[in-house]
Amino acid sequence: MSAILSVNNMEKYYGSKGSVTKAVDNISFQVEAGEFVGIMGASGSGKTTLLNCISTIDRVTSGEVKVGGKDITKLRGNALHKFRREELGFVFQDFHLLDTLTVYENIALALSIRHVAPAKIEKRVREAAARLGISDILNKYPYQISGGEKQRTASARAIIGEPKLILADEPTGALDSRASRMLLLRFREMNEKLGATILMVTHDAFTASYASRILFIKDGRIFSEIRKGNGDRKSFFNQIMDVVALLGGDLNDAV
Amino acid sequence: MMLFKLSLRNLKKSFQDYTVYFLTLVLGVAIFYVFNALDSQGVMDAVSASTREIIQLMLTMLAGVSVFVSVILGFLIVYANNFLIRKRKKEFGVYLTLGMSRGGISRILLGETVLIGLISLAVGLVIGVFASQLMSILVARMFEADMTAYTFVFSSRAAGKTVIYFGIMYFLVILFNAGAVSGYKLLDLLTAGRKNDEVRVKNPVISGVVFVISLGILGYCYLSVLGLLGVVNRNRIMVLILLGSIATFLFFWSLSGLMLRMVQARKSFYLKDLNLFVFRQMNSRIHTMVFSMTVICLMLFLTIGVLSCGVSVNQSLTAELEELTPRDVCMTKSMEAGNGQVEESAGKGIAEYLSGKGFALSEELREGYVEITTYTLPGLTWEDTLGESKEQVMEQFPMLDWTQREELVPLSAYNRMAAFYGIPTYELSEDEYVLLCTFDSMKGIRDMALGAGAPLEIGERQYVPKYEECRDGYLSMSSSRTIFGIYVLPDSAFENEAFLPYCNYLAGDYRGDSEEEKSFIEEQISEATKRTPIYVVSKLSLRESSVGIGAIMTFIALYLGIIFLISSAAVLALKELSEASDNRERYQVLRELGADQGMIRGALFRQIGIFFLLPLSLALVHAVFGVQFVNRMLVILHGGSQLGAILFTGVFLTLIYGGYFLATYLGGRRILEE
Repeated sequence: MSAILSVNNMEKYYGSKGSVTKAVDNISFQVEAGEFVGIMGASGSGKTTLLNCISTIDRVTSGEVKVGGKDITKLRGNALHKFRREELGFVFQDFHLLDTLTVYENIALALSIRHVAPAKIEKRVREAAARLGISDILNKYPYQISGGEKQRTASARAIIGEPKLILADEPTGALDSRASRMLLLRFREMNEKLGATILMVTHDAFTASYASRILFIKDGRIFSEIRKGNGDRKSFFNQIMDVVALLGGDLNDAV
Repeated sequence: MMLFKLSLRNLKKSFQDYTVYFLTLVLGVAIFYVFNALDSQGVMDAVSASTREIIQLMLTMLAGVSVFVSVILGFLIVYANNFLIRKRKKEFGVYLTLGMSRGGISRILLGETVLIGLISLAVGLVIGVFASQLMSILVARMFEADMTAYTFVFSSRAAGKTVIYFGIMYFLVILFNAGAVSGYKLLDLLTAGRKNDEVRVKNPVISGVVFVISLGILGYCYLSVLGLLGVVNRNRIMVLILLGSIATFLFFWSLSGLMLRMVQARKSFYLKDLNLFVFRQMNSRIHTMVFSMTVICLMLFLTIGVLSCGVSVNQSLTAELEELTPRDVCMTKSMEAGNGQVEESAGKGIAEYLSGKGFALSEELREGYVEITTYTLPGLTWEDTLGESKEQVMEQFPMLDWTQREELVPLSAYNRMAAFYGIPTYELSEDEYVLLCTFDSMKGIRDMALGAGAPLEIGERQYVPKYEECRDGYLSMSSSRTIFGIYVLPDSAFENEAFLPYCNYLAGDYRGDSEEEKSFIEEQISEATKRTPIYVVSKLSLRESSVGIGAIMTFIALYLGIIFLISSAAVLALKELSEASDNRERYQVLRELGADQGMIRGALFRQIGIFFLLPLSLALVHAVFGVQFVNRMLVILHGGSQLGAILFTGVFLTLIYGGYFLATYLGGRRILEE
């Protein structure tokens, strides 16, 4: 079995005794290598908490999270940083680019932090930039480029370290529909051509339709799961919309 | 009441964030108190009358310096406060949208300032009172006072002065705050949090050119103060200081444009660890730091200069004193009539004159005291001997009296005196002379004349210099080297009738073994010579005044040094800390990218370290040259080892500046990791 990520009975409670909020309530699922998985849910459904627990930004209350067979909930201190550095790549809704650095430097920094030899950095940055179509803006600063370009820069930064798992939190949240489509096509390309494993959290059905499998979350639990199968994106989108309707339209309210 | 609560809460919050600011205030208050409470240390009762006078002089000078110090501290406080207020614009914007009036905000700030003022004054005074007890031990040591009867002292006068001075400063802050709040627009306040993301890039060519220019100007200034580019007089030094300040500014300005490029060129360094981030980070704000860097650099330069000079003056005074006061007492008296002198004393030697007044000097002084007379020759003035280099002399000594007559002494008389003092004696053939001069700048001029031969014509005979430069030597003891020139000529020269007696010198030791006996005799003599044309210099009085001058120098240097240092360090620390809280998000991104704690701390350390080191390094270079210049100016110094002064300054700098650096780093770390 080649599960890159396996989440077993994960629970995350907030609050103290008496008034406990179960943000994540006993969730289990697995992501195989090379999969592009979407997680959908309304705001407050627990999807971001789930992602934070997987990315070790937050701690689980109980259960285990295995990445590459290693239980990361047991990691502490520098082992944790090392794990985050070497196994994960992040893409955030608000990009999290450093405004003092150029696009090139933003991408290169991810490698510097991984202690990659400076001589090798240049080549790898250029490759990643070419793959995401941002080669000609490498010397610009984040404030000089569009939102879509920022997100592609962030994506280049996420894949350059060749992580086992790329975590994307509402990556299209701050983009217009054209830039969103651009980005998602790049994601799919990364997934199909480079074999990158992507776990993407979103509340937007259009964005989710680029994934190959979708987990729906409601009130901290997995509500439903659908696979794309062999159909095209459009029919997958309709499938998604059916589940969303079933969920009670919460999702659309959130859009 | 609610407003007051808000002030209190804000204070608690900012107390954590701006510990450095608060500590600086406390330190300022404490130091101010300590240096103004020096007189009430009980030392005054334990020292002699002349020392008491010196201490009085020191207090007067310290009082003057205190005004200057309070101006600096005032600037620091107003600056720091404005800086902190600016950081809270958004908070005020929220208050305004919630319907609070501007007056309300002013009252909140007023409450905060009053609270901070009261707390810092109270804490500072308590620390100051205890620190001044330590200080009194130092004072006693310096003035060699007996402090067995030590008591705990509190100076209400100094405390009152501290309260008044700082009260005025805080009052100014309150005025500034009121002005600041009413000047802001609500929109600006609310959007103050959003940062201007634009990164300004300077043209590297212009930066490079300016960099070279600044180095050029600095080089010129350095060479000038070393005296390699001609004589440096008072006007010139002002020009050099101004040029140096401008060059310092240009240096930092151009460096801000160049530093990143220089680092970027070295890829293997730039792309290693978080270096990329650190230098970008610095580059993004060094532009706004150029001015304060310049000011801080100059302040540090002043600190180092003042401290090391103050200490080295003290040291060299003490070192030189023993050498220059070989005997207990030395008297001088003019032999001439006129100049307001009593006619009856003219032409009489000191011993003769005193015995005429019924005072037998031989009973007070040990056998073997020496009395000699020097002469002048009408027509032999400075203008005659220095005439050829007149312009140069004019430039250095514009006040010089050209009609000043040269002083001449017969060889045998000089040798008797010199042998008594234990300084070199001379031998001359019948047509030679020796010129004595110890005043450095005068020596240079006289040396030139001697080098050129400078024959001296007296009547029919001509004398040539035996040596090509001036020799050391003196007739009267003095705590400094201020002999402008004495000609030593063969005895036969004085057979000429034209010589007129000029000055009578008498040197001897007291007939006494213990310090008490000696000072008793000294009092007798000073009583007997009161209101006479006799000028008395004694080992005891020289030592006291020398110790006093040394102490004054040291205290003022310490006072100013500490204030300069804490002011500049505090400004840097505040800037860095607020920067750290602005940068929280950026460091958060680094953490998300997987940078571990060690890397992040290292980046912060380097960032703060470079900002502290940059102005310090340039200030050190400035100081290397500046201190040498000051030493040359203070001609009373003779070379000597400066190691002590340098060590002292180094330790002092490391403790205070290093302390601020450490506090800033730890504070920054706390801000990033909370």
